[in-house]
Amino acid sequence: MTTTTATPASETLEAGGLGGAVRDYVDRLRGGDTGSLPAVLGFLVLVILFSATSDVFSSKLNWANLLNQSAAYIFIAMGLVFVLLLGEIDLGAGYTAGTSAAIMGVVMTQKGYAWPIAVVACLVTGAVIGFTIGLLVARLGIPSFVVTLAYFLGLQGVLLLVIGEGGTIPIRDETILAVNNNNLTPLLGWALFVVVVGGYAAITFGNLARRRSAGLPTTAPAVVLAKIGTLGVLLGGATLLLNQERSVNPALNSLKGVPIIVPITIVFVVGLTFLLTRTSFGRHVYAVGGNAEAARRAGINVANIKITCFVIGSTLAAIGGILIASRDNSVSPTSGGSQTLLLSVAAAVIGGTSLFGGKGRVIDAVVGGLVIGVIYNGLPLITSKAGIQFVVTAGVLLLAASVDAIARRRAAASGR
Amino acid sequence: MSTSTSSTTPLLSLRGINKSFGAVHVLKGVDLDVWPGKVTALVGDNGAGKSTLIKGIAGIYSFDSGSYTFEGQQVEVTNPKQANALGIEVVYQDLALCDNLDVVQNLYLGREATSGVILDETLMERKATETLKGLSVRTLKSVRMKVSSLSGGQRQTVAIARAVLWNSKLVILDEPTAALGVAQTEQVLQLVRRLADAGLAVILISHNMNDVIRVADNVAALYLGQMAAQVPSESLSHGQIVELITAGRSGDLGLKAPDKEVVA
Ligand SMILES: Nc1ncnc2c1ncn2[C@@H]1O[C@H](COP(=O)(O)OP(=O)(O)O)[C@@H](O)[C@H]1O
Ligand SMILES: [Mg+2]
Repeated sequence: MTTTTATPASETLEAGGLGGAVRDYVDRLRGGDTGSLPAVLGFLVLVILFSATSDVFSSKLNWANLLNQSAAYIFIAMGLVFVLLLGEIDLGAGYTAGTSAAIMGVVMTQKGYAWPIAVVACLVTGAVIGFTIGLLVARLGIPSFVVTLAYFLGLQGVLLLVIGEGGTIPIRDETILAVNNNNLTPLLGWALFVVVVGGYAAITFGNLARRRSAGLPTTAPAVVLAKIGTLGVLLGGATLLLNQERSVNPALNSLKGVPIIVPITIVFVVGLTFLLTRTSFGRHVYAVGGNAEAARRAGINVANIKITCFVIGSTLAAIGGILIASRDNSVSPTSGGSQTLLLSVAAAVIGGTSLFGGKGRVIDAVVGGLVIGVIYNGLPLITSKAGIQFVVTAGVLLLAASVDAIARRRAAASGR
Repeated sequence: MSTSTSSTTPLLSLRGINKSFGAVHVLKGVDLDVWPGKVTALVGDNGAGKSTLIKGIAGIYSFDSGSYTFEGQQVEVTNPKQANALGIEVVYQDLALCDNLDVVQNLYLGREATSGVILDETLMERKATETLKGLSVRTLKSVRMKVSSLSGGQRQTVAIARAVLWNSKLVILDEPTAALGVAQTEQVLQLVRRLADAGLAVILISHNMNDVIRVADNVAALYLGQMAAQVPSESLSHGQIVELITAGRSGDLGLKAPDKEVVA
C-alpha cells in the first residue's frame, strides 16, 4: 500500500530488459493471450512439412506464387477483422468479392470504361453491400449470421445473373493484371525494405521518446531494438529471396522481384492499423466488441460503428475481388465462391482474431492469410485429391477456432 | 451535519416526479434533494424504483412529470449527454466497463482526448494516473492493465474514477459494493467518502444498512415508488431505516398508514 498509484509492469520490464520482456511474454501466453504465436508456429511447421515432401514447394517461383495466391484471402480477412471485432460475422464476404469483381469486369471489359472508373464501381458495390448488411444487423437487429447467410446465397445469384450462366468476363486491362501478377524491380524491392524497416523503427522510437518526455513508463530500448532487428532480418531475407531470378528461361522472360501486391498490402495494413489503434473510431470498435452496453452508455453510437465496420469489411472484400480477378485474368460465377470465405475467416482467426469479438488486429489477417496460403499452395503438391484438401482446410479452421475458445477460457480463468 | 443540510442549497432538487412504464406507475410524486459535499443514500426494497429514479436523473429515461432543478436552474434532461454536460455521472450496478480495454482506455471511453484525429495516449495516461492518485487509489499495478485482469474492487474503483474524471458535480453509485468482499467494500466506501469530502454531491444506492450508516449524511427511503422520507442519517437508527424500507414508515416518519385512511 506504500507504493505509488502506478508501478507499471512495463517499468519493471525496463529494469528487466530483454529477460524481463521474455518473462512478461511467457506470462501473457500462460494467461491465454497467445497473439499470433500459434499462427507463426503453424506457418513454420507447415513450411517444413511441405518442403520435406515436395521439391516444388520450396522453389523460388513458388514463394512469389504463394504471396500472390494469399493476397485475396488476406484482403477479405482484413475486412473480416473489422466485423469479427464487433463479435459479428460476414458469411457473404466471398461472394461480395466475386460480385464486386464482376461489376468491375462489366464496366471495364463490356462497357469499355477506363480501369479507375471500374475500380471505383467495384468498391462502391462492396460498400453498398456492406451498408445494407450493416443496416439490417444494426438497425433491425437481425443476427449477422442470418443476414449474411442470405447474402451468401443472394450474391451468388447476383454474380450468376451479372455474368450470365456459364460465362466468364475476361480481364485484359494491363494495370489490373499487374496488381496481382507483376513484380517490383530488385532495386525498388530494397527501397521498400528500407522504407518499411526504417518507418517501423522511426515510429517505435518516436513513441518511446514521447512517453519518456511525458514521464510515462517505457519499454526497454533493448526490446525495441530486438523487435526491429527481427523484422529487418525476416524482411531482408524475404527480399533477397524474391529478388533472385526465378524464371525457367530467364533469357526469354525474366522473372524476379518482390510482387507488387506486397507494397499494396503494406499500405493497407499500416492505414487500417492506424485507424483501429490510433483513432477514436478504432477505440470504439473494440469497445462495442468488448461490451456493447458499456459503449452505448459511454455515449458511443453503437449502430453507426457497426454499420461502418460492415462497410469497411465489404469494401475490403471488393478489393479482394479485384485481386482474384487479376490473378485469374477473368471473373467467373465461381469467383469468390467455393472455399474463399472459409479460408478468409480461417485466416483472420488463425492470425489471432477472436470469433467472440473485441480482440483482433489487422496484421492477424496477414499472418493467418500466409498460413492459409501455405496450406492452399502446398496441399495440391502432395495430394491431388480435392476431398483431402477440403477436409484439411475445415480441420484447420476448427483448430484455430478451438485455440481461440481455449485462449478465451484461460483468459477468463486467469482474469486477463 | 444535519443542521447544515437544510442551510445550504441543494445541487439537485426533484419535486413531484412521476414515471410510468405502460400501465405500471413506478415513481409516484417523488421529491429528492442532493447536496454538494454530502452522501445521500437512496434506499428501498427491490422494485421500489431506485434504479428508475437515477436513470431519470441521468437522462436515460425522461420523467413523465415533475420538476428537475440543478444548481438552482430548472432543467430538462432527456438524454445522457445532457446529464453529462451538467456534471452528472453514473456508476451503474452492472459495471459499464469494457473488459478487453485497459484502465486508461476505459476511463476515457467515448470522450477520448485527441490531437487532430490521433488519440493523445500520453495525455490520457498521465491524467488517468493523476486522477487515480488524487483518489488515493494505490492498488492498481499499472494503468495499462486490461480491466479483465482486475479484481471486483479495482473495477469498481475504475468505474468511480471514470465518473470523477470529468469535473463532475454529482456522482451516482448504484449498489457499488453489492458484489464485493469485506476488504474491497471498505476500499470503495472510503473512496465514496473521499468524493463527498472533496465537495462532490454523491447519491449512493445500497441495500447494506451498515454501508449506509457508515458513509451517508442523508437517507432517502423509497417505498413502492413513493418517497417515504428523506432525513439526516444521524437521526436514524438501523432499525428505523429498515422499517422505512419494508413498511414505508417508522413512528412519525414516513408515509401515512394506508389502513387508517381506509378506516377513517
Ligand atoms: N423498462 C421497464 N419497463 C417496465 N417496467 C419497469 C422497467 N424498469 C423498471 N420497471 C419496473 O419498475 C419497478 C421499479 O424498478 P427499479 O427502478 O429497477 O427498482 P429498484 O432499482 O428499486 O429495485 C419494478 O416494478 C420494475 O419491474
Ligand atoms: Mg436496481
